[in-house]
Amino acid sequence: MEAIDIGLWGVPLAMLGGAIRVSTPFIFVSLGEAITESSGRINLGLEGTLVFGAMSAYAVAVMTGSPWLGLLAAAVAGLCFGLFHGWICKFPKVNDIAIGIALMLFGTGLAFFFGKPFIQPSAPDLPAIPFGAWSDIPQVQAALNVNVLFLIGAALAAFLWWAFRNTRIGLIVRVVGDSADAARAMGLDPNTVRLLATGVGGALAGIGGAYLSLYYPGSWTERISSGQGLMAVALVIFARWNPLGCFAAALLFGGAGALGPALQSVGVTQGYYLFYAAPYILTLVIMIATSSPSRTLAGAPGELSITK
Amino acid sequence: MTEAVSGTDVRAILDARGYRTALEWIARRAEAFVIPLAALVAGMLLFSLFIAMVGKSPVQLYETMWRGGFGSWFSIQNSLSRGAPLLLAALCVALPARLGLVVIGGEGAIVLGGVAAAAIGVALNGAPSFLVILLMGVGGVAAGGIWIGAVGALRHYRAVNETISSLLMAYIAIALMNHLVEGPLRDPASLNKPSTQPLADIYRVGNIPGMEVHWGLVVGILACVLSWLLIEKTRWGFAARIAGGNVRAAQVQGLAVGPLIVGFTALAGGFAGLAGMLEVAAVQGSANGSLAAGYGYTGILVAFLARHNPLAIIPVAFLLGGIDASGGLIQRRMDLPDATVLVLQGMLFIVILFSETFYGRFKLFNPDLWQRPDSLKGTV
Repeated sequence: MEAIDIGLWGVPLAMLGGAIRVSTPFIFVSLGEAITESSGRINLGLEGTLVFGAMSAYAVAVMTGSPWLGLLAAAVAGLCFGLFHGWICKFPKVNDIAIGIALMLFGTGLAFFFGKPFIQPSAPDLPAIPFGAWSDIPQVQAALNVNVLFLIGAALAAFLWWAFRNTRIGLIVRVVGDSADAARAMGLDPNTVRLLATGVGGALAGIGGAYLSLYYPGSWTERISSGQGLMAVALVIFARWNPLGCFAAALLFGGAGALGPALQSVGVTQGYYLFYAAPYILTLVIMIATSSPSRTLAGAPGELSITK
Repeated sequence: MTEAVSGTDVRAILDARGYRTALEWIARRAEAFVIPLAALVAGMLLFSLFIAMVGKSPVQLYETMWRGGFGSWFSIQNSLSRGAPLLLAALCVALPARLGLVVIGGEGAIVLGGVAAAAIGVALNGAPSFLVILLMGVGGVAAGGIWIGAVGALRHYRAVNETISSLLMAYIAIALMNHLVEGPLRDPASLNKPSTQPLADIYRVGNIPGMEVHWGLVVGILACVLSWLLIEKTRWGFAARIAGGNVRAAQVQGLAVGPLIVGFTALAGGFAGLAGMLEVAAVQGSANGSLAAGYGYTGILVAFLARHNPLAIIPVAFLLGGIDASGGLIQRRMDLPDATVLVLQGMLFIVILFSETFYGRFKLFNPDLWQRPDSLKGTV
């Protein structure tokens, strides 16, 4: 593949490709967080889960030679982190936001601790499907090389959107999130529902981490996540706890994250670090624009501590 | 309480009451010491288990940690040096916490405070040293104060969650520092590690006489004491504690909650910015990537461990500084990764937060539960 000069068209094309590549972890973490938050609890520790998921996926893939086993390991590790968060938060006076911060530090520390020997060896990648094979232009081919996890994430978003409205489990999660008292009156145990919702959320965050280390950027380093897990939490608020909104917002964030590298690929290197800050600035601006001091956010689960 | 009581009865009742209040006072204070201490011990035991599971000796680990952190005058000075920025970083968490805010992005204020101080120090090269150092301090405080003050303002006036916004702003601050240090403020002579131009020696903050610890330690302790006085002894501190308990109630009382929140968060950020200025002026000598060394994140742990009490921050920062300082020795002597200290910190943090659930639950510490008929239990 030799690069053909397509001039400034390279920027939107690289951003599209980048959006698809960069957004996948956002999709998984935000869908997981949407489930957790819908049950009325917030898990800020998903940043740590993401990093630990990335490390465990990479380690298992190196040792077994199978990226899918790595993915499974990341999901199981994420599930454990999520269940732990869910369990510890059920005790009275234990603050779920603070526990999230603690788990963020703990998960990151644990990932660095066990990940040290895996910085050198290389693991097999997760497969991608070349949707751009019809084109002769290598840039188009590169942009449309879509990883299977992106497609799974898109399908999952649509499924969750449907399931929240139409299934018994979806309704149970939403009732618990809106009013623990109402849920108890219905004979549901809010703590159990939240425990499971946090566990599933953690598992999805772990998968998001596996994508980072097994596909893009595709290796395990201690700098693999720079706040993606946390941005995903903000993204859920922006998406109003709607799984389809999470998917769209993840694409937007992915595009912002791809801005710096896209500009660099066409030779714009001035202020590289400022472009690097684009997704954080975008998140902040969106949070400022969508928050309001006078009313609670539309669609916010009533029991959620972060929007009160 | 209408039945008549004789004089001797009254005295007996008063004596008994006085005795009980003193005891109650002790009991309630004891809780604030015993529970965190027990949590600390429990966390260290859990960590021993972890270390044993990865096939190392916990005894050797704690021995090494003691030697690296507190075992000799040299290591104590090292711990004090590491603890100095933690004092200020922890205040950045503890002061907003008094208003009920969880601000975790102190790292951003540290980084920008350091960059501002370095820029001022280089720009004013040639001016009298006391003036330059003073202005560097002012610049550090202003940069950090604006950064975290903005988080407070966004919280109050736009209802933007302060936990997330402060962390996002920390990432933005680090990107801004990288931009400035790699671009406009870069010293062309710094090849491998991009830095701003080095400060002239006369603008460096030196060591406390007779010690290998810089003056930042004194500044940090002073800041903690002043913060304690502010919270406990002034009407602003009193107002902040009311607002932290219940914002609505504070507003009904006519307290200006907005300025209070912005003022407290700006002061908190100012302290973190000062930590950055001291990192530049006393340790690094220029602004560079080492400013984002994680003091902001360890500061969160220090503040929570101290239960957001500025005076308690002083010993806790020294303890955590010691753990930090011993990290290198643990790595070399026991062949453990450098992240070992991070794992310990994370575990301690979780156990400390978990211990919150025990406050008020033990009969020993809770006079309300003393000598009560079983029939009355649970009525309060």
